[in-house]
Amino acid sequence: MALLEIENLSVRFPSKTAVMHAVDGVSLSLDSGEVLGIVGESGSGKSVTMMALMGLVSFPGVVTADKLRFDGHDLLRLSGSARNKLIGKDVAMIFQDPTTSLNPCFTVGFQLAESLKLHLGMDGKAARKRSIELLEQVGIPAAESRLSAYPHQMSGGMNQRVMIAMAISCKPKLLIADEPTTALDVTIQAQILDLLRTLQKDLNMALVLITHNMGVVSEMAQRVAVMYAGQIMEERSAHDIFDAPQHPYTEALLAAMPERSDGASRLATIPGMVPGLYDRPTGCLFAPRCLYANSHCRADRPALREWQSGMVRCHYPLAPLLDAAADAGRASLLQGAEQ
Amino acid sequence: MSAPKIGQPSQPVVLARDLKQVYKISHGFMRSADHLQAVSGVSFTVHPGKTLAVVGESGCGKSTLARMVSLIETPTSGELSLTGIDVVKASPQDRQALRRTVQLVFQNPFGSLNPRKKIGAILESPLEINTDLDEKTRADQARAMLALVGLRPEHYDRYPHMFSGGQRQRIAIARALMLKPALIVADEPVSALDVSIQAQVLNLLADLQQELGLAYLFISHDLGVVRHIAHDVLVMYLGHAVEQGEKKAVFAQPLHPYTQALLASTPGIVGTGASKKRIVLSGELPSPLNPPSGCVFSTRCPHVTAQCTSERPVLRELAGRQVACHLAEQFVLPA
Repeated sequence: MALLEIENLSVRFPSKTAVMHAVDGVSLSLDSGEVLGIVGESGSGKSVTMMALMGLVSFPGVVTADKLRFDGHDLLRLSGSARNKLIGKDVAMIFQDPTTSLNPCFTVGFQLAESLKLHLGMDGKAARKRSIELLEQVGIPAAESRLSAYPHQMSGGMNQRVMIAMAISCKPKLLIADEPTTALDVTIQAQILDLLRTLQKDLNMALVLITHNMGVVSEMAQRVAVMYAGQIMEERSAHDIFDAPQHPYTEALLAAMPERSDGASRLATIPGMVPGLYDRPTGCLFAPRCLYANSHCRADRPALREWQSGMVRCHYPLAPLLDAAADAGRASLLQGAEQ
Repeated sequence: MSAPKIGQPSQPVVLARDLKQVYKISHGFMRSADHLQAVSGVSFTVHPGKTLAVVGESGCGKSTLARMVSLIETPTSGELSLTGIDVVKASPQDRQALRRTVQLVFQNPFGSLNPRKKIGAILESPLEINTDLDEKTRADQARAMLALVGLRPEHYDRYPHMFSGGQRQRIAIARALMLKPALIVADEPVSALDVSIQAQVLNLLADLQQELGLAYLFISHDLGVVRHIAHDVLVMYLGHAVEQGEKKAVFAQPLHPYTQALLASTPGIVGTGASKKRIVLSGELPSPLNPPSGCVFSTRCPHVTAQCTSERPVLRELAGRQVACHLAEQFVLPA
C-alpha cells in the first residue's frame, strides 16, 4: 500500500461573488522512499495541496477529498489531537524562507528540543544530546556551541540546515520541502540539495519537493507532477518529462528556461496569465494560453488519463520528439506565437 | 537645467579602474573601528549596447559595485567615469547631471513601486525632477514609454496593485527609461519572477537594448539567465574580481575554481546533454571583516595549495579572459 494516497482533493476559497478553486481534483500517490517533484508557476496550487494534507488550510478554505490517507490514517476524519501527534512527527515540512520560519526569540537548541520532547517524550538531557547529533547530521560545525545561538546569529544556509534538522528530528516517513532552496545562494543551494538527497536515502523517507525551479526537480526527483491552476497537467518519471514533455504547458515551461535557449536571441514565453477568480475557462484550463488549442479544447475540459507511461490532462498530447527537425519546427512555432 | 554632458558615443559608458569601497564599522565610543572592504580593486568597462553581468554570492560586493556605478556612493579610491566624465572629480552640478545617464531596476517590483501613486505619476516623477517639460509633454512621454515596454495606454491611470509581477517589472523598466539613460543597472531584475514571466522580461530587456543601444550592468546569481543575456561576465568573490572576460570564454572553460563551482552548482536539466561533475563547495563565504590571507577563495577551494594561503593572486590574462588564480594554467584544456 502506498504511504500517501490523495484522491480528488479540492481546496476552495469561497468569496461573496465567486469561488476560488485553489486545488481542483488532485490525485497523487507516493510510496515510502520515493521522491516526487511538484512544479508549476506561482498560484498553481502546489503549496496549497500540501497545506491541505498537513491540515494547515484555515477558514474560509474548504478542503474536500474522496480519499486522503497517510500511512493508514484517514486525514479527513482525524481529530485535532490525533493530527497533532502525526504532524511534525511522521510528516514534516520545510518552508521556503528559513529566516522567517524560525522563531527569533528562542535559541536554535530550544526550538530543536521542543519537538523531541513533545513527540518522543525525551527529557531535557536526552533531547540536548539528540539535538547535537541532529545538527552534526545536517553538517553544522561546532554543533554543541550552536545550540545556544539565535537564528539571527546564523546565515540563511545555516538556518535552513537547522530547519531540516528540526524536520528530520523525529525520523518522519514523509518530508515535504516547499521551495527549500529558493532563498539561498547557488553554492549553498547545492549543499542543501546534496544534504536532502543523502538524508532521504539514509532515512528512507518519502520526499515531496515543491519548487518552480525545473533544474532542482530534474536533479532530485524520480517522478514529477506539473500543476497549473490547481490541476495536475502531467505526471511521469523525471527523465521522460524533461526529454519528451507530453503536455503543451510542460513543453512551454521548459522552453522558457534560459538554460534551454541554446544561444537563441529570444526566449520562448507563455503568453497571457494563470486564470484567476473570474476568468476560469470552461474548457481546458490551459487553452487560453496554449499554442495548439482548438474549439474542442476551449469547450471541453480534458480529464487526466494514462498516456505513454505517465498521466496527462490534454486532448492532444504531444508525441515524443523523434528528430531534431520536429524539435526545431516546434521551437520556431513557440517563438512566433508570442508576438 | 542644461542638458547633461554626455561624452562621445564610441566611448565606454562605464570605465572603472581599481575601484575600492571601504566601510568603517564602528564598535561604539572608545573602541577602535574596523574597516570592511566591500569592493577591493575591481576594474571593468561597459560599452554601449553591451551587457556586463556581475555574478557572485550574497555578500560578495556586487550590490556595492552597483551603488557606486549608479552614483549613490562615492568610491573610496579608484577611477570611475561614466560616458567619459570622471565621476569622482566631477563638480556637484555635473554629478547631478550625470545621474540621469544611470538608472536602476530593482529585484522586487512589489517593493520598488509606490502603492499610493498611479502608474502615470510614477513614470512622470523622474521628468518632473530632472527636466522642465510641461505637464502635457510629460504625460505624452509616459504613454509612449508604456507602449514601448508592452503595456497599454489605459494602464496610465492604474495603481501598482492592479498589475502582476511581470507587468510591474515592465513598469519599473519604463520608469528607468524615462530619462533616456545610457546605462541601466539591473539588480537581480528577474529573480522574483516565474520562469515564463522571466522569459518575457528578459526578451523585453534584449529588445530595448537593441532599439535604444542601452548598456546594462546586470547583477544576478542565476547563471542560466547570465549565460543568456550577458556579453561579458565579472565573477566576484568577497569583494575581489576572481575571473572576468567574454561570456563565451568564461562559460565554455571556467578557469577559476570558484567559477567552476558556481557553474557546477547550478542545477542542470536532464536531456540538455551536458553531463557535468558536481563540485559542491564546503562552508560559506568568510566574513569580509576578516578576509583570509592569501587568495580570498582559499578557505573553500578544492585545489588549495600552500602558495594560495600565503600569496594573494592578481588578475592576469589567460586564455582570452582575466583570472586571479595561481593554478589557472592547469585548468586550461589542451586545444
